[in-house]
Amino acid sequence: MSYFRAENISLHFGGLKAVDAVSFAVEKGEILSIIGPNGAGKSSIFNLISRIYTPTSGKIFFEDQDITDVPAYGIARLGIARTFQNIELFENATVLSNLLVGRHRHSATRLWQELLFLPSVRAHEKEHRRRVEQVIEFLDLEPHRDKLISGLPYGVRKVIELARALCSEPKLILLDEPSSGLNVEETDDMSFWIRDMKSELGITVVMVEHDMTLVNRVSDRVIALNYGRVLAMGSPAEVQGHPDVVAAYLGA
Amino acid sequence: MRFLFKTKYEDDIRLFPHSGYVWSYGTLLVLLAIAPYVLSSYLVSQLVFVCIYATVGVALLILTGFTGQASLGHAAFLAIGAYTAAYLQQFNVPFPVYFLAAGLLTGVIGAIVGFPALRLQGIYLVIATISFAFIVEEILARWESVTHGNEGMRVKAIQLLGTSVSRDSPGFYFLCLAVLILTIVGSLNLLRSPTGRAFVAIRDSETAARSMGINVALYKVKSFAISAAITGFAGVLFAHKLSFISPEMFTLQLSIEFIIVILIGGAFSLHGAVLGAIFIVMIDPFLTYLKDDMPGIIAGVAATLGAGSERASHIQDSIAAFASANGLKGAIYGVIIVLFVLFEPLGLYGRWLKIKLFFQLFPLYKRATFKRQKIYVKSERNR
Amino acid sequence: MLDFVQQLVSGIALGCVYGLIALGFVLVYKATEVVNFAQGDLMMLGGFFAFTFIGILGLNYWIGFAAAVAAMALFGMLAERLVVRPILGYPQFSIIMATIGLGYFLRSIAGMIWGTDDFKIETPFSQGVLRIGALVLAYDKLSVIAATIILCALLYLFFNKTTLGTAMRAASENMLAAYYMGIPVKRVVSIVWAISAAVATCAGVLLAPITFIHSNVGLVLGLKAFPAAVLGGFGSIPGAVVGGVLIGVIESMAGFYLPEGWKDVAAYIVLLAVLLLKPEGLFGLPMRKKV
Repeated sequence: MSYFRAENISLHFGGLKAVDAVSFAVEKGEILSIIGPNGAGKSSIFNLISRIYTPTSGKIFFEDQDITDVPAYGIARLGIARTFQNIELFENATVLSNLLVGRHRHSATRLWQELLFLPSVRAHEKEHRRRVEQVIEFLDLEPHRDKLISGLPYGVRKVIELARALCSEPKLILLDEPSSGLNVEETDDMSFWIRDMKSELGITVVMVEHDMTLVNRVSDRVIALNYGRVLAMGSPAEVQGHPDVVAAYLGA
Repeated sequence: MRFLFKTKYEDDIRLFPHSGYVWSYGTLLVLLAIAPYVLSSYLVSQLVFVCIYATVGVALLILTGFTGQASLGHAAFLAIGAYTAAYLQQFNVPFPVYFLAAGLLTGVIGAIVGFPALRLQGIYLVIATISFAFIVEEILARWESVTHGNEGMRVKAIQLLGTSVSRDSPGFYFLCLAVLILTIVGSLNLLRSPTGRAFVAIRDSETAARSMGINVALYKVKSFAISAAITGFAGVLFAHKLSFISPEMFTLQLSIEFIIVILIGGAFSLHGAVLGAIFIVMIDPFLTYLKDDMPGIIAGVAATLGAGSERASHIQDSIAAFASANGLKGAIYGVIIVLFVLFEPLGLYGRWLKIKLFFQLFPLYKRATFKRQKIYVKSERNR
Repeated sequence: MLDFVQQLVSGIALGCVYGLIALGFVLVYKATEVVNFAQGDLMMLGGFFAFTFIGILGLNYWIGFAAAVAAMALFGMLAERLVVRPILGYPQFSIIMATIGLGYFLRSIAGMIWGTDDFKIETPFSQGVLRIGALVLAYDKLSVIAATIILCALLYLFFNKTTLGTAMRAASENMLAAYYMGIPVKRVVSIVWAISAAVATCAGVLLAPITFIHSNVGLVLGLKAFPAAVLGGFGSIPGAVVGGVLIGVIESMAGFYLPEGWKDVAAYIVLLAVLLLKPEGLFGLPMRKKV
């Protein structure tokens, strides 16, 4: 059975079918890209998986467990992390604080212990910090550690969004338009990092993307969506050559 | 300028980043410890009020400043703590027991209030807390078998270890101070641990918090419970200090005073809560000063500047009349709130930080360092 | 049965006043997302102005009424200019506190200028009753109901049929975009505050025969207007009035049929129930964030 599987998931807003009976599977360690025109339902699928929305019908499986009814905070505990298209960082906090929140899934201290700040809490804090530093090193964020998010440029914020997701040590990561708003250099960096996530960290990546160069460079497989339905599934070359996809999205 | 060179992760976790902090807070602590023996009893009494208000301020800060759940109903929690203490005291329950009981009961009620509050944001939450406060006030007035209704209840002095700790004694002062210090330390500990970070995450972006694995509902309820419990403890002290409680003392006005404490002090800092408490408690003495001494002083100045003695006494009378006017306190509150919101959004603590920064960076200080960002685009309805 | 109708009319009349104050709230909220906690105090001030014009200066009731409305409209613009405009982009909490501060200030100033006693205004409706069979309905209550209906009709036409009304709705959604579209956002906001203050004044003057004018009346009634606005749905103008009337009726019935004390909390219990079960109220729209 596959690592991650969505079976016939649908999301209906009244009469509008944002996602219409979409099924796909993701193998462990692969990089899957979802492409399609705006409004095709790509972000909606992510929102369904991370349970910001509830599917109208269909089921979602992860590591052979049915996770359709798991609440949003439980999804992270299972090892699925995500980034947001319109960055959802904590504006008034430092980069470090944001990243430390990403570690929340691994917090093992109870409230009363924290109020007294017992040595066990202190040890845990240092461990969290050590892991966060590993992520900072991975993404070259050292110069920004103590800066407030509100003062940082867009490109850096996108990387921090990614860093925060990585801090939770996920098994599967959902990247929502990782290269939107980035220039060519930053997109290059992003493609290297995505490949490194797969090879060094062993994370399975599912991403929504518009930038075809990036898609070609990193993806193992591609899914094309339109009007909430799957148009084509396969290797990047196959999907990009598919007539329906060309007609709906890519153009001749 | 002092440069902080950090060499260990420990340095970021420590409560006192460098030795300067230890010296200044240590001195403050020593001064506070000798206060009841050197200051007049009036000032010590005011300090006790400062401690109580500051404790509630920190509690409110945890809920509103850190978790972003605005509450205009904390007077209700104070009342619950106070009345629990008064009620249990009638049955000769020892002080430590009813102190803890009051805090726990208020905390539980806070958690109960937290549940429905889960579905409410922003202005709706404010209105809901106001309603909660009204309902509690009404219950206190009507549940005569327990609370003696509008007649109020007398609160006897604390009986601790066989001795009586009266509300004017140094012992009571140290008790209030201890509660405040424990509250502050507890909050600081909370802030540098996962729960505190979760609170701040909830304030800034609930969606992101959820996808990081934070059970937003649970943490909001925790935040309410902690905030209410601390306020409950403060309520016990409040009841003992006033030695008489009745429902009219716990009105919306009091809740607003608590909000003013953190607003004026600085809405996101613990120092701010203390500074704000000092400010609020000092308003009454200030008004008395205005009424009694100010007219004389101004008249004296006018006389020195050459006005005739008749003119001077006329000035003195009109200022005295103005200062004695009935609604002056409300007007001052109003003006101060508006001025602080307009010009000093970071509160008194913010002003202190700016002053400190000015001296540190002299002569390179720029006022725009603290300029606040206005957000015209992001509608709060879609937070 | 007769008692029931009496109470009903009384409740509707009081509810209309709540509704008018709630209307003022919702107007300002729709245009600027600011919740004006001082709305009740604007009403109180309007009542005092009217008292000054009619009671002290001896003008004719209608002229005094109009003068009070005009004066308060100007005052509303002044308050907006001084207090609200500088803080328009700040977080909602600050704005709420600023309006609370404004409320305190207005209450105290009114207390200092006019004193803290109750005041009466002589109106054409103070005496006189309408008799329908055995039913006796006082004119003062009927006048409130009639005036509310007229005001609502006028405002409805204003918001839906005029360009200025549409401009206001645009500004409430996204001020920056409205500004770029050429809408004079600052002037629009001023006008909204003027209208809101004028509506509050009407409420205050109409209320005078029923409850007298007192410097604290704004606080009590203003707070009651919240349940009205929430019940109707915070973004909806007809909702505010409907909500107000419902709250007024519920209070009236609670005062008559339930034991002592329920009358005061009835409105808040309804409010909490609405917030828990249907936070958007009767006519509001549920809001959801798009990520």
